[in-house]
Amino acid sequence: MKIHEYQAKEILRKYGVTVPNGEMATTLEQADQAAKALFSAGNKVVVVKAQIHAGGRGKGGGVKLAKTIEEADAASKAILGMQLITHQTGAEGQKVQRLLIEEGSAIDRELYLGLVLDRASSKVVFMASQAGGMEIEEVAHDTPEKIFKEYIDPGLGLQAYQARKLAFKLELTKEQVGEAVKFMMGLYKAFIETDCTLMEINPFITTKDGKLVALDCKINFDDNAMFRHKDLKELRDISEEDPLEVEASKFALNYIKLDGSIACMVNGAGLAMATMDIIEYAGGKAANFLDVGGGANQEQIENAFGILLSDPNVKAIFINIFGGILRVDVLATAVVAAARKLDVKLPIILRLEGTNVEEGRQIIADSGLKVQIGATMKEAADLAVAAAKG
Amino acid sequence: MSVLVGKETRLIVQGITGREGTFHAKGCDEYAKQFGNKLVVGGVTPGKGGTTHEGWPVFNTVEEAVAATGANATVIFVPPPAAADGILEAVDAGIPLVVCITEGIPVLDMAKVYPVVKASKSTLIGPNCPGVISPGKAKIGIMPGRIHLQGKVGIVSKSGTLTYEAVYQLTQRGIGQSTAIGIGGDPIIGTTHIDALKLLNEDPDTEAIIMIGEIGGSAEEAAAEYIKAHVKKPVVGFIAGQTAPPGRRMGHAGAIISGGEGTAASKMAAMAAAGITVVKSPAEIGDAMAKLLGK
Repeated sequence: MKIHEYQAKEILRKYGVTVPNGEMATTLEQADQAAKALFSAGNKVVVVKAQIHAGGRGKGGGVKLAKTIEEADAASKAILGMQLITHQTGAEGQKVQRLLIEEGSAIDRELYLGLVLDRASSKVVFMASQAGGMEIEEVAHDTPEKIFKEYIDPGLGLQAYQARKLAFKLELTKEQVGEAVKFMMGLYKAFIETDCTLMEINPFITTKDGKLVALDCKINFDDNAMFRHKDLKELRDISEEDPLEVEASKFALNYIKLDGSIACMVNGAGLAMATMDIIEYAGGKAANFLDVGGGANQEQIENAFGILLSDPNVKAIFINIFGGILRVDVLATAVVAAARKLDVKLPIILRLEGTNVEEGRQIIADSGLKVQIGATMKEAADLAVAAAKG
Repeated sequence: MSVLVGKETRLIVQGITGREGTFHAKGCDEYAKQFGNKLVVGGVTPGKGGTTHEGWPVFNTVEEAVAATGANATVIFVPPPAAADGILEAVDAGIPLVVCITEGIPVLDMAKVYPVVKASKSTLIGPNCPGVISPGKAKIGIMPGRIHLQGKVGIVSKSGTLTYEAVYQLTQRGIGQSTAIGIGGDPIIGTTHIDALKLLNEDPDTEAIIMIGEIGGSAEEAAAEYIKAHVKKPVVGFIAGQTAPPGRRMGHAGAIISGGEGTAASKMAAMAAAGITVVKSPAEIGDAMAKLLGK
C-alpha cells in the first residue's frame, strides 16, 4: 500500500525524525492560508508540492518554490488539479488533488537514505548514498559503489555502529554524526513498527546551519500486515488507484488493469501471468491480470465478470482454469450461470483442464452459450486473439 | 526414491480443526492410503487438545503431538496473523520438515523466522505454497493428487497452478514425476530454487528437472549459476510474467519487478546461459521435457 508524502512525513515526525513544517491542502484557500502562516512565521521561501502516488514530481512540474504569497498562490493554482505526468504515472498522468505547502530549506548537501527488504539475504537493508536527489535506481545501476549498505539482524535491530558507519561514509561532520545516528534509528523504528516494505528519504539533506532534515519521504506498507494497523489502513487514498482495481479489491479479487483487449480470468497467480504471456505470443495483448484464486465460487466468478466487462477496451474474454482442488465442473456451472445472469455478449474462450474436465466441457456444451473451447492453452490463446481482432 | 516426502513420512496438521486443515488433511491422507502408506497421524489446535477430529488425535502443542505420534513432518494451515508463530513452534519441536501453505504472512514476520529456521535442523517449504508431492507415495499440500504420475522428473516451482500445469503436461505424455516441490511466491521463503535443486540433483531417482520461476527477486539467476556449476541432469525452465508491467505486484507478494531487478528477460537469459532449455510459452513445458528425454 502506498501513501502520500505528507502522510509519510507525519509518521516520521512521530518517530522524532525532523521534517519541514508544512500542511496539506485540498483547496486553493487552504493552500493560501498555509502559505501565509509559513511566511508570517519568518520563512523566506515556501514550497508547493503536488501529492500523488508517483515519483518524478519535480521534473513533471509538480514542485514549485515561492518567495512571496502571490507566487505561492500562483504555484498552487498551477499545480492543484493539473494532470501531472511523470515517468511513473504513464502517459495520461495523474490528477493532483492534494498539495503539501511546506517551509523552504537552505540546502547544503543532498544525500539519500533508504530502507528496503533485501530478498537475497532475507534481511532489511539500510542504504545510504551521497548521490541524493537523483533516481537511486539509476545510481544503483550505473555506480553501485556509491550506495553503502548495512544488513540488519532482525533479532537485534539496527545497531548504533551500523548507523555510525553509514553516517561516516556520507562524510557528515563530527557534530552531525551523532544526530544522524538518532535520525536513522528513528527511521528504522518507524519502518519496523509500521510494517513498511520500503522507506526512502530522497533527498536527506543537511542545511546551511548544519541540521539534518528529511526533505522528501516515500513509504510503502506491507499489505499483508495491514490487519494489525487499522490506523494506517485509513491512510489509503483510493482516488490514486485505478477504479476497477479498487472495485476488484472489494471482492478480494487479485486484479491489475493492463492496456490490451483480451480480458483474462485465471486461477492462480503464476498461471495468470503465464496466460498473459501466451496471449502475447499468440499476437494479442491482455487487458488485465486476474487471479480468481483456488476457491472461486459462482459469486466470485460473477464479480470477476462484472469487473472485466466494465473495461471498455475488452473485445474477448479468455478463461483459463486448471481445476485442482477446485473441480472443473463446479467452475463451468458457475461460468454458465454468471454469463447468463450478466448477459455477456462478448466472445468467451474457455480452456478447461484438470479434475472433472469432461463433465465441465459437457456443462458448457449443454448450456447453449456461445463459447469456444480451446483444447490446449495455446489453441485457446489463438482463438482468443482471433476473436479480439473480430 | 524421492525427496522430502515418502513412504516413511508421518504428518501432523497444524490447524487441523479448521475448514482448510480438515479438508486437506483428508486429501493428503487419502492420497497416501491409495499406495498403502499411513500419512496423517494427528493434528494441533490450541485449546482442543485431548479431543479427536475425523478420527485423528488433536493436541494443544506441536511438542505434545510429536511426542505422542512420532511425527516427522507438519503442514501449517494457520491463518496469517499466527502462521509465523506456528512455524517457530514446529521448528522448536524439532520436526524435520515444515510445510507452510498459508498465504499472506507479513514479510517482517518471515524476516524474523528465517534465521531461526536456517539455524535449526528443520527444512521449511513455503510459505504461500502448494506443498510437496512424491507421486505414488505421499503428498503434503493442496495439489490435486490424481494428475500426478510416479516417475523420474523433479519439479521446483514458485507457483501452484503452474506446477499443476507442468505436471499435467508430463503425465499426458506418459512422463512421471519423482517429487514436485512448490516453494512459494513470497519474498522470503524457507526453501529457495537452489535448495530444492540441490535435493533433486542429489536424488538418484530424479533424472531430469523442471524449474518454474516468476518475476521478482533474483533467486532464478542464482539458481541458474548453481545449475551451470553443479547440475548434469537435463533441465527445462519457464518464467512467468514475461509481459508483466514493472512496479506492479502480480498476485504473489514476491512477484514484482522493482528497481530494474526481477525481470523475466534477465532470468531467462541467465537460465539459457546455464544450459537450461528455456521455453517461452507455458504450453511447451511438456514437449520440451519429452524431447530432452527422447520420448
